[in-house]
Amino acid sequence: MTQLALVIDLNVCVGCHACVTNCKQWNTSGAAGSLTDCNPYEAEPNGTFFNRVQTFEVGSFPNTETVHFPKSCLHCEDPACVPVCPTGASYKRKEDGIVLVDYDKCIGCKYCSWACPYGVREFDEQRKVMTKCTLCVDRIYDQSLPEERRKPSCVLACPPGARLFGDVHDPESEVSVAIRERGGYVLMPEANTKPANHYLPRRKTALKIRDEELYRSDNPHKIDGAPFDKDLPPTNEELN
Amino acid sequence: MHPALSVIFLTTLIGAGQGLFIALFFCELLAPTATTPGFLAGGSALVLLLCGAGLIASFFHLGHPERAWRAATMWRTSWLSREVIALPAFMAAAFAYGVAHWSGAGHTLLIGVVGVLLALTLFICTAMIYAAIKVLKEWAHPLTPVNFILLGSASGMTLAAAYAGFAAPELTTALAQAAVVLTSLALLTRGAALVRNARLSPASTLQTAIGIRHPRIVQKAQGAMGGSYNTREFFHGKSANFVRTIVPVFLVLTFFVPLALVFSLPLLAFLAQYGGLMAERWYFFAEARHPQNLYYQGKS
Repeated sequence: MTQLALVIDLNVCVGCHACVTNCKQWNTSGAAGSLTDCNPYEAEPNGTFFNRVQTFEVGSFPNTETVHFPKSCLHCEDPACVPVCPTGASYKRKEDGIVLVDYDKCIGCKYCSWACPYGVREFDEQRKVMTKCTLCVDRIYDQSLPEERRKPSCVLACPPGARLFGDVHDPESEVSVAIRERGGYVLMPEANTKPANHYLPRRKTALKIRDEELYRSDNPHKIDGAPFDKDLPPTNEELN
Repeated sequence: MHPALSVIFLTTLIGAGQGLFIALFFCELLAPTATTPGFLAGGSALVLLLCGAGLIASFFHLGHPERAWRAATMWRTSWLSREVIALPAFMAAAFAYGVAHWSGAGHTLLIGVVGVLLALTLFICTAMIYAAIKVLKEWAHPLTPVNFILLGSASGMTLAAAYAGFAAPELTTALAQAAVVLTSLALLTRGAALVRNARLSPASTLQTAIGIRHPRIVQKAQGAMGGSYNTREFFHGKSANFVRTIVPVFLVLTFFVPLALVFSLPLLAFLAQYGGLMAERWYFFAEARHPQNLYYQGKS
């Protein structure tokens, strides 16, 4: 069974919002209709987005870190939003695990958004239906695109490559290897929704040098940086 | 959660309607000599009026009310779908009950039993819409259906006492006594839910929401300047002071005023109780803290 998902590397994300704008551009131009913008050029601009980037500051000054946190539908393997839907408009595709909304069946009761613990579904104020990330289902299978372009718009847009896309059920896929080897985790595991999307944690890059590593085998008598001591006996290398 | 007026009207109106139907049925069952067909048929019309008003209110909650018929399809998994089936079924039973009394067609007790069972089913369906959402711990508890049943039955019984005051005065005292019992029971269970919810600790934290283990995390940006669906739908938008004030208001109006007035001024008792239930339902939504609010720290 295939389960397509995104893996987002928080260590790489720079918070540029390119994924947000490209997601909006692709999904507002598609056959499913535009994603509403209310007051786009006035005070309090707001609208429908499938993907948002939030920013958090972790720690206390001066030991703080800025964490940019992209947030979109996690395409849960046990989605809380699907069984509550009274019309069957919300469904999870068997063939690839994508959670979708049939906009022609949705009555706009918003019940699914209540059941989702992550708040990743957005009610479209003009189309009056529930909308959400589709993993760009209308481009990832598009045979008219070159194969390397058959990816969600957010993944293609990400300048530092913080977003990976693939099948998390295939142990050899790029996303599965990343989750396995780079500490991939899911959001709110206590909600028991088994999110398919994973996040890769922040990593500190630090070089740790132990004292014994400073005592080099090819220079056994001296600690690096110490002045030459002529009273020390010659080494084997010097005698030969 | 944001308390939607349409849902407040729906749940309180149909609750009173279901309660009134149960009251009418027991009037016929326990005091057949005191009840007239006109009283029961008129009461059934009142039930239909309340449920019809609730049904109309519910349409204002939908983005596409013209597709509402689709909501009856997923009854295997969705409590909302079950409610969509149970409400018209109950209204049909109430209609049949009223017509059977009005026309003298008979079989009224049998229709009444079916109607009472459908009323209880509808109470459970309505309440389970909320109690089935596991991530909302304030709602996901057996007290939620218990409260919906008792609060609806109490308001219906108070209304029955008020209605009997006009249409069957000899039943008023008995109905008022039943209303006192149900209102007192509802006070106990609603109070228990208040106490329980005040002690709840959320299962999710900002740490689990973004997966970063650090005691101090401050949100700097929410991903939108002018708000979003997330900031509109999941926050009540009132001050903490306002929310705190609503609790004594709904306790007094829903329970203490009707308990004091139901014998002397049953109509006023019902109006107070109905107003109180609207405040109670408002608070029911407002007190539910959705875990998605963790991603919108600036709002909460």
